[in-house]
Amino acid sequence: MLDWWLPENVSTYGQEIDWLFHLIYYVTGATFVLVFVTMLVFIVIYRDRPGRTARYTHGSTPLEIAWTIVPAVILVILTFLSVPAWSRIKMHVPPTDFDVFVTAKQFNWQVTYPGTDQVFLDEMHVPVNRVVRVHLRSQDVIHSFFVPQFRMKQDVVPGREIVQWFEVTKPGKYELPCAELCGFGHSGMRGWIYVHTPDEYAKWAAENLTAQAAPAATTPGEKTAEPKKEGKGKK
Amino acid sequence: MSATSATTHAHVQHAGHHELGFVRTYIFSTDHKMIARQFLFLGLFMMIIGGLLALVVRWQLAWPETAVPGLGVILTETGGILEPSQYNMAFTMHATIMIFFVIMPILAGAFGNFCIPLMIGARDMAFPFLNMLSFSVAALAGVLMLAGFFVPGGHAAAGWTSYAPLSAVPEYTGVNWGQNLWCISLFVLGVSSMMGAINYITTIINMRAPGMKLFRMPLVVWSLFITAILLLLALPVLTSGVAMLLFDRTLGTSWFKPSGGGEPLLWQHLFWYFGHPEVYILILPAMGIASEILPVFCRKPIFGYHAMAFSMISIAFLSWVVYGHHMFVSGMSPALGMAFTVTTMIIAVPSAIKTFNWLGTLWGARIQFTVPMLNALAFVSMFVIGGLSGIFMASTPVDIYIQDTYFIVAHIHYVVFGGSIFGAFAAIYYWFPKMFGRMTNPVLGHLHFWATFVFFNLTFFPMHIIGVGGQMRRIYNPMQYEFLQHQQPWNVFITVSALCLGLGQIPFVINFFWSLFAGKKAPLNPWNANTLEWTAPSPPPHLNWGPTLPTVHRGPYEYSSPESKADWLPQNAPPVTAAGARRH
Repeated sequence: MLDWWLPENVSTYGQEIDWLFHLIYYVTGATFVLVFVTMLVFIVIYRDRPGRTARYTHGSTPLEIAWTIVPAVILVILTFLSVPAWSRIKMHVPPTDFDVFVTAKQFNWQVTYPGTDQVFLDEMHVPVNRVVRVHLRSQDVIHSFFVPQFRMKQDVVPGREIVQWFEVTKPGKYELPCAELCGFGHSGMRGWIYVHTPDEYAKWAAENLTAQAAPAATTPGEKTAEPKKEGKGKK
Repeated sequence: MSATSATTHAHVQHAGHHELGFVRTYIFSTDHKMIARQFLFLGLFMMIIGGLLALVVRWQLAWPETAVPGLGVILTETGGILEPSQYNMAFTMHATIMIFFVIMPILAGAFGNFCIPLMIGARDMAFPFLNMLSFSVAALAGVLMLAGFFVPGGHAAAGWTSYAPLSAVPEYTGVNWGQNLWCISLFVLGVSSMMGAINYITTIINMRAPGMKLFRMPLVVWSLFITAILLLLALPVLTSGVAMLLFDRTLGTSWFKPSGGGEPLLWQHLFWYFGHPEVYILILPAMGIASEILPVFCRKPIFGYHAMAFSMISIAFLSWVVYGHHMFVSGMSPALGMAFTVTTMIIAVPSAIKTFNWLGTLWGARIQFTVPMLNALAFVSMFVIGGLSGIFMASTPVDIYIQDTYFIVAHIHYVVFGGSIFGAFAAIYYWFPKMFGRMTNPVLGHLHFWATFVFFNLTFFPMHIIGVGGQMRRIYNPMQYEFLQHQQPWNVFITVSALCLGLGQIPFVINFFWSLFAGKKAPLNPWNANTLEWTAPSPPPHLNWGPTLPTVHRGPYEYSSPESKADWLPQNAPPVTAAGARRH
């Protein structure tokens, strides 16, 4: 009921997040069914009827041990599956030469590129299949950089720079809402991330970023050298 | 000795009837039962305000920027249409009121005060005057909190979590005295909670009746004991935090403001270091209440008494080392996030143990579907859903996506409404006869339960779905986002269900007040329960029992015991045989 409701995923690590989501969904779903069926069966067959007497028991140590160990083992497994993915997503930015700077303010995303002072308000342009390193800063309150289709979220905290990354596998236009309450204009603080094919990106960069400072999208030679698969291999 | 206590008792009884005036009996009372009733009325009154605020929030989400019916009287300028700043105020105050002025006063305040002395066989709290002060101070905090609605700039609008620097600099929200009063009120309430907690702990340790060993205590007393310890240790952290926030706002300090060298994340660390134990402060008493009510209406002992007590103790310890799971994407070191994942997964184990023990209690039972029992069963089943949805958040990678979405809103409501509020309703229906000396009406009770149970699920379950769809919490208008527009019908559905959930509380209000004045007179022990409070008159007089206190001979859950012909065996009944005396 829930799992098909996820928005389409278009980022590399989004697949890992969705896989874990589905795993936990099925584990908790099975537990839910088990507990609820048991409970309903007990409620029906052990309801108060004339002649029924309750069983006088204070518990069972073997059962107690069993239902301590089984959930513990399942949770340990989930932990061991979660931690490596977390480490890949949040702790290690893959090597890249593509940097974008985002400075949040009430109630806009101000996007800049290295080497130019041009500020793009509420829009970001990046190439597809390329690791994008985002430098997140805030000039007033805490905001949160949330791209649902990238499965990416990171609070943007004033007074520090937080470096995050994403790699998108599908060109398109993606919504960038603010996910942390940031004042009366919080709702509607929203930008767009335009993910271009390398050619389109090069064209956009040539038109909008000063030629020598703009990060090169991909030279024709690189285009084949950096396909989707290699991006995955780097992690 | 007994002669002295008999004289004291007679004297105070006498005093209670003739010498104490209205003020000392009803307002500045030192009687734990009156203070319990005061906390209950405070909580129920605030629940009306908190509930109405929730409906205002829901109206805006379903039909954005249309006039909220009835609100035109207050918002004359817009004719009832909520502005974004007012919307922020509405959800901030809904959560603040529900957590601090509804659930805490009802569960810890009312039932802590009512149950602890009566169930351990004490005549009153250890410090009756401090107890009175605890309520007076809580009432003052309530007045201060409500006053915030009437100051220029409106009430606090930075969320119940009040993340700095949004909350620390008035210019960022446009709220000035509202947020200040929020800080002051919570500071005052923190003092009240500490006074209550010291009282509960002292009373439980020192004033148990003869024979009431720690492991003969009813589980609800265990839960309140552990809650009190958490309150005592957690509230000072919040109290210090809100004082620092107030200093940042009014005295120019920079604890949380980066412009002056402060650290915004410090607020989050302080807030959640309080905030996670707080979640257990809200849920532990409800767990105790369910553990108390299930055996009575299953007519069999609780399954795994010791496991139940020890799992609550381990929850209390672990609750201090899991708070960072609220901050996975806050900018806190991701390495720290890993550590908090491990502890968070571990804390799910004692909750699982408790759930399976409740199921074990149902196994082989003779279940009587009274209104308190239905609410206790609802608590167990809804807590299961709230617990399972928590596992999604415990997994850090999944939390990246669902953090700050409606999935979190669904989770917290399954825990604090499905858990704590059903626990509170169960407790109200169960102890009403003892508290007020009258029975509640079961027909209205059933009506209230089924309306609440059905519409609760129709309101909060779909929030999981729109949360998975990506809808952020605390947004004013989901229609501003293209990726959310397709799920707007769900928002309408949720709001209609929430309105029905609100209407479903009307039978409760009628039942409560009608029963208070015209309900059937309650017998001594309407549920044939074993615990000591049912040996005192309904309602118990000042000092609770006659000249002699009950003596405890066994554990609290000896239902359908072979030692007794009846299917219950009160804790204070003398042992039938020598073997029976040794049993516990």
